[in-house]
Amino acid sequence: MTDASQRLDQLIDNVRRGRMTRREFVGRSTALGVSAGLAGALYGKVAGAQEAKKGGKISAGLAGGQSTDSLDPALAASEVPFQVNMTWGEMLVDVNPDGSLDHRIAEEISSSPDATEWKFKIRAGVEYHNGGTVTADDVVATLKRHTDEKAQSGALGIVQGIAEMKAEGDMVTLKLAAGNADLPYLMGDYHLIIQPGGGVDAPAAGNGAGPYKVTANEPGVRYTFTKHANYFDSSIGHADEVEFLVINDNTARTAALQSGQVHMINRVDPKIVELLKGVPGVTIKHVAGRGHYVFIMHVDKAPFDNNDVRMALKHAVNRQELVDKILGGLGSRGNDFPINAAYPLFDNSIEQREYDAAKAKEYYDKSGHDGSPIILRTAPGAFPGAVDAANLFAASANAAGIPLSVKLEPDDGYWSNVWNVEPFCASYWGGRPVQDQMYSTAYLSTADWNDTKFKNAKFDELLIAARGELDEAKRKGMYSEMAHILRDEGGLILPMFNDFVSGVSEKIQGWVDDPNGELMNGRAQVRCWLA
Amino acid sequence: MHPIVKLLVQRIALGLLLLLAVSAVIFLGVEALPGDTAQAILGQQATPEALANLREKLGLNEPALTRYFTWLGGVLTGDLGTALTNGADIATSIGQRLGNTLFLAGCAAAISVPLAILLGLVAARYAGRWPDKLISGITLTTISLPEFVAAYFVIYFLTQLIPIFQPVAMVFPGMGFWAKLHAVALPVIVLVLVVLAHMMRMTRAAILNVMQSAYVETAELKGLSPMTIIWRHAFPNAVAPVVSVVMLNLAYLVVGVVVVEVVFGYNALGQYLVDHVTKRDLPVVQAVGLIFAAVYIFLNMLADIIGILANPRLRHPK
Repeated sequence: MTDASQRLDQLIDNVRRGRMTRREFVGRSTALGVSAGLAGALYGKVAGAQEAKKGGKISAGLAGGQSTDSLDPALAASEVPFQVNMTWGEMLVDVNPDGSLDHRIAEEISSSPDATEWKFKIRAGVEYHNGGTVTADDVVATLKRHTDEKAQSGALGIVQGIAEMKAEGDMVTLKLAAGNADLPYLMGDYHLIIQPGGGVDAPAAGNGAGPYKVTANEPGVRYTFTKHANYFDSSIGHADEVEFLVINDNTARTAALQSGQVHMINRVDPKIVELLKGVPGVTIKHVAGRGHYVFIMHVDKAPFDNNDVRMALKHAVNRQELVDKILGGLGSRGNDFPINAAYPLFDNSIEQREYDAAKAKEYYDKSGHDGSPIILRTAPGAFPGAVDAANLFAASANAAGIPLSVKLEPDDGYWSNVWNVEPFCASYWGGRPVQDQMYSTAYLSTADWNDTKFKNAKFDELLIAARGELDEAKRKGMYSEMAHILRDEGGLILPMFNDFVSGVSEKIQGWVDDPNGELMNGRAQVRCWLA
Repeated sequence: MHPIVKLLVQRIALGLLLLLAVSAVIFLGVEALPGDTAQAILGQQATPEALANLREKLGLNEPALTRYFTWLGGVLTGDLGTALTNGADIATSIGQRLGNTLFLAGCAAAISVPLAILLGLVAARYAGRWPDKLISGITLTTISLPEFVAAYFVIYFLTQLIPIFQPVAMVFPGMGFWAKLHAVALPVIVLVLVVLAHMMRMTRAAILNVMQSAYVETAELKGLSPMTIIWRHAFPNAVAPVVSVVMLNLAYLVVGVVVVEVVFGYNALGQYLVDHVTKRDLPVVQAVGLIFAAVYIFLNMLADIIGILANPRLRHPK
């Protein structure tokens, strides 16, 4: 009995430290003889008892920053600028971990029935760090700046579809060229941080309405922040100060976490996750997200213009092996379309494609390919483990009789000389909050980043129609049909979705797994607190 | 004019001339890179129109010679231009990072140079016996370890096993001197381990070489103690080769430590250069390249001058 109660205490302690989910707790405490109902109530009591503590300095060690980084939200393209901007900036909306909308600067959102006209009511009294108040004019000016080619905004593709923007009082009205039911989600894109005057005069000033003010901006080195005293939402932003150290070296980042120099790190190398699990004071959080590692074929170039070659290669990749060996099991198999269960309206009935040497050979023979080597280009920086992954792919393809060979390219210049240039290479995607955005970014015929050169009239038609479709069941059907088209005809080989793997000190409380992005979608430093 | 002053003036003038030649080579090298700066900045968004606009803005339509002299003029007046990637003023960014580079190199040199020379003297004194073998064995082991392996070793021992230092060595303006020293302790240890052997071996070899001379035999016959012979009679004549090796290592400490910088997250010039090379930020690459070249030229010149001053035969050329 005492043994059982001791073990129950341990479980409760685990819950308190945020190490155990409700399901784990209930499962394990019922094994100790506690009734399921009681265990559930106990969990709620323990977990709910965590009250956010104020004060202190949260420090994070982050990979993905360079001395060339800027605070201009339009230019953010890597992990550190993203995390930094999420600390000082505020958007119209955020996306909650469960996929629902979190209304930030936009207090209310409404649309016309055909989803072509959207109204955003701007929350009153939201202050910038330098004292001004967020107005509807600022919102319109911000969106306008991102439509300007000169701003080089990563959100250009999102704001291009807005035909007319208008600010009246506290109301922003956006008229779209074509209906889009997902528009509010698009406004949660991390580039679209609201800046005073749209940030036209000083795009990289780092002055926003977010929970923390920038106090030191040393690109590629560190960033420090102090609490924005007049932040509108008192329920988050617990620490007095936040600090980011840019530590690109895996070993140094891990050592900094272990030695307590930082409280959180991103991008834990899957190879060392097992080792880190034994380290006292550190927990590993891995969250299934939307990011994925891919091999992309240009469907307009030989031999990939032949769908039989594409299908042969799609059947020749051993997905489970890649998930196990490249991701250390911290991920899931992909199905050759860029959507998984982390997306709303995902159709989970689509059959999972498996490694099938016989089928691959059949497709390959049918294609009439001349047997010359098919070259897959890869580089260490294409995604973590990209070289190993390409070699495993080549091995499984060769076993099926497909002459796939790997060509190693240098990291330097990979994204300008190989990706989008060579017909077959390794790459990665970070995922988007909604299916429409993912498809519109990379698979629409006219998309800027159509890196498989996929052009399919039926697919485009469905994508546009789905935007204006407010009936969810019908929309889901359309997305499912698009998934099938891409899976069976596209140039995308998507063997795996990678988890976000972070290392978190036990001093950090209030962690919530968030599939939208790394480190609680860039908000861990804002939503967590120090024990 | 005193021959030494004349010699100094000559050497410095020669150094400046060399630097000018290097600046031309750097400029040519950057010019020879495939694609141009405008193309590199715009990347995926490079429409012909945008390219033309940006070329105009950056003055890329001028002939190369004009651009070289404009750049050179800027450099001479301290204006290194702005970084293409984030628009930061290059001189300001470099200033701070150069300070960090020199701080790290200075700390490492302050420990390694005296230590290497001392160990070299001791090794020479006991040449072929166990102290010599021990010193040579240990220093040759540490130089044979790749820097990052040595770095991971010290991280493991001094932050995990005995947690007295921190693994991330960043320094910031506003940090006190001792706090900075504490922060850079680990990279300094690694750099000392890396450069020790070379200087130690050269000191040992140079002294053993001198020890063959007749005047050392005389000193021995006079009954001087071995350490006095080495310190008073052998070392002054072995200074020239030792100094040139010391200077080579100092130059390495300034320009070649990017791996150590990366492992310890140290914010100095090497990391800055690599970041900007990958983004084809050419003004920065040119500026940092020029600084590194200047460091090399200056230290080599210094080695030359010290070598001449230390050697009567070079001091009074016939």
